[in-house]
Amino acid sequence: MIIKNKAVVSDDWTVFRLSENETPESVTVPAGKIIVPLKVWQAQRANLQSRAELGVWLASNERPEELKGEVEKFNVIAVDFPKFADGRGYSIAYNLRSRLGYVGELRAIGDVLRDQLFYMQRVGFDAFAPRPDKNIHDALKGLTDFSETYQISVDQKLPLFRRVQRDGITTVGSVHE
Amino acid sequence: MYKYDVYDHQIVDERVAQYRDQVRRRLSDELTEDEFRPLRLQNGLYMQIHAYMLRIAMPYGLVSSAQMRMLAHIARKYDRGYGHFTTRQNLQFNWLKLEDTPDILADLATVEMHGIQTSGNCIRNITSDEYAGVAADEIIDPRPYAEILRQWSTFHPEFAYLPRKFKIAINGATEDRAAIAVHDIGLSVLKNEQGEIGFRVLVGGGTARTPIIGSEICDFLPWQHVLTYIESIMRVYNQFGRRDNMYKSRIKILVKAVGIEEFRRQVEADWADIKNGPGTLTVEELNRVAAYFTAPAYETLPANDPGVALYKTENKAFANWVQRNVKPHKIPGYAAVVLSLKKTGVAPGDASAEQMDVVADLADRFSFGELRVTHKQNLVLADVKQSDLVSLWKESAEHGMASPNIGLLTDIICCPGADFCTLAFARSIPLAKMIAERFDNLDFLHDIGEIELNMSGCVNACGHNHVGHIGVIGVDKKDGGEWYQVSVGGAQGNDAAIGKIIGPSFNFQQMPEVIDRLLQVYMRERLEEELFIDTVRRIGMTPFKEHVYATPINAEDAVDKNAYGFIDKPDNYTVQRKSRF
Repeated sequence: MIIKNKAVVSDDWTVFRLSENETPESVTVPAGKIIVPLKVWQAQRANLQSRAELGVWLASNERPEELKGEVEKFNVIAVDFPKFADGRGYSIAYNLRSRLGYVGELRAIGDVLRDQLFYMQRVGFDAFAPRPDKNIHDALKGLTDFSETYQISVDQKLPLFRRVQRDGITTVGSVHE
Repeated sequence: MYKYDVYDHQIVDERVAQYRDQVRRRLSDELTEDEFRPLRLQNGLYMQIHAYMLRIAMPYGLVSSAQMRMLAHIARKYDRGYGHFTTRQNLQFNWLKLEDTPDILADLATVEMHGIQTSGNCIRNITSDEYAGVAADEIIDPRPYAEILRQWSTFHPEFAYLPRKFKIAINGATEDRAAIAVHDIGLSVLKNEQGEIGFRVLVGGGTARTPIIGSEICDFLPWQHVLTYIESIMRVYNQFGRRDNMYKSRIKILVKAVGIEEFRRQVEADWADIKNGPGTLTVEELNRVAAYFTAPAYETLPANDPGVALYKTENKAFANWVQRNVKPHKIPGYAAVVLSLKKTGVAPGDASAEQMDVVADLADRFSFGELRVTHKQNLVLADVKQSDLVSLWKESAEHGMASPNIGLLTDIICCPGADFCTLAFARSIPLAKMIAERFDNLDFLHDIGEIELNMSGCVNACGHNHVGHIGVIGVDKKDGGEWYQVSVGGAQGNDAAIGKIIGPSFNFQQMPEVIDRLLQVYMRERLEEELFIDTVRRIGMTPFKEHVYATPINAEDAVDKNAYGFIDKPDNYTVQRKSRF
């Protein structure tokens, strides 16, 4: 089960992780709906790109620009959060959406917890695989913590001050230049 | 000052609800402490030695009388009847229960206050000049920009889990009173030759383990671009700042590692596609926010009130207070008044609930209902009629807030230290008290003149020790005792400098004598009218070092042992330290 488009849905993708003795070049990628590590994609691009369905995931220390020009090849791109407090994934998502033109499913994987979901959604994630020991229905509530935001991000192209009429005061004297 | 509109209220109220649920889940163990810690920190809640500490934001140091009364109420109801004003223009309560904190934040929200992002690895409370709006040397009032930056940084989704904390300071005057050079980002508001407003942007300054003055990344950034440009700085830092070692994770380490030219190149590259985009600040929004900071309804008054001059001749104590605690104002007949929270015997920056109520009343009666918190841990009434000075002096003196020591040796900047903080290696508040007692002689203090003595209990340098004319810092020694390193020559402001360590560390009891010896060198060497810092700059550190270490310092002779309680905590006193944060 994952959260996708603000609902809990079943999911049949498998996140493929290399074990210690495996290398990106030699590892055998199983058949089916597999989300492969970036390095495996890069090492086995020739074989993998013929697959009907394929996903790729980025580690928090990997660069999204590595997928420049290729993002449309994937049914899903995932970003791994090794620890929820590692915030690099937020900028990876921003860059994938805003600069690399990725419009498909963008999934947060790894240490994904309820209290970070609102921010993740704002930077462009639309799918979330909460940590398996957590209640996914509880995690879903994290998406609705706030109903208004100040600043622009992937989800909101206009800052609050361009979007709504905000209250001001009538002033006496001169206003700041 | 700024007033929340419906959106500001909604966002803060939703934050309180979110936090209340997080506390509920923590208490029921749905959240582990590791999962909860970053969440509570981003609401300003620390777990300290004795209890929880809550840090409440006073954006750029401004606080209204209604807000101050709420703080007094919280101090009485949930704490032990006092609070501690910090060097970052915040207020801390030190004796709270976790279960109470959602209610406290709900109470604060009713007066447009919160603890949002006062801790954690995110963009912290934006600090500014305590004399903003009234300073005679002001180029542009920085507060509208500070408020716009506050809103922009509040819950920024991409920058809530940075490698480390991130502090922005903004100054709008000729003199830098916001210590911009020792912040992650320091902004000075400028007017260029065409009369356009912009910012000089410094990046990568800081204190702590790696004290360093910020580098100039942009000499003139037009004001419209301030949000997007900072966004790009943040994005480069978020991606490339180190996360493997918390002592090397501030932006200053990144800037130093790649060099300012390369860092600038990366920022400009990131900025290319958002510059002039919808994140660009508009003149309408700037004007909307700036309207909250227009001048109050000043009366037309003579430049100098004759009553003040007369009373000064009659009353030496008042004259001393005027000399030290009353600052010039750009409007004729007005003054800015510093209420000292540095009364000898009281922890620097501490205020009781009663004092908070008193200053709220004083603000209502004498200064349009507003107060400012200074980075030197005092309070300012920024718009006082000179004709009210005598009344204000008498009333503030009755409540222990008229010590005429602003800018003098006993106006010590001091972190909470090992009495409260789990990070500290040594106590700082008892040391500040001991030093204040030792030099508690007004004539002597005035003779020494302006000097900044800044003290921190550990390398995190919350007491700004590196930029103190004299800096004192608690250091980690294997014996678990309390040891302090001393530096001289640090400075804040336009001539910001990092002080130099004079030599091996001293124990708690030796410290007053160390300070005394530093002052002896100054008095011996100073030229007429020369301040301590200028003497240090002229003659260098060596004469100070030589004199301090010339003969052993016998702690027995150095201090009055009875007054400070250090006998209860002797040299082999082991500081209680628990888990970080």
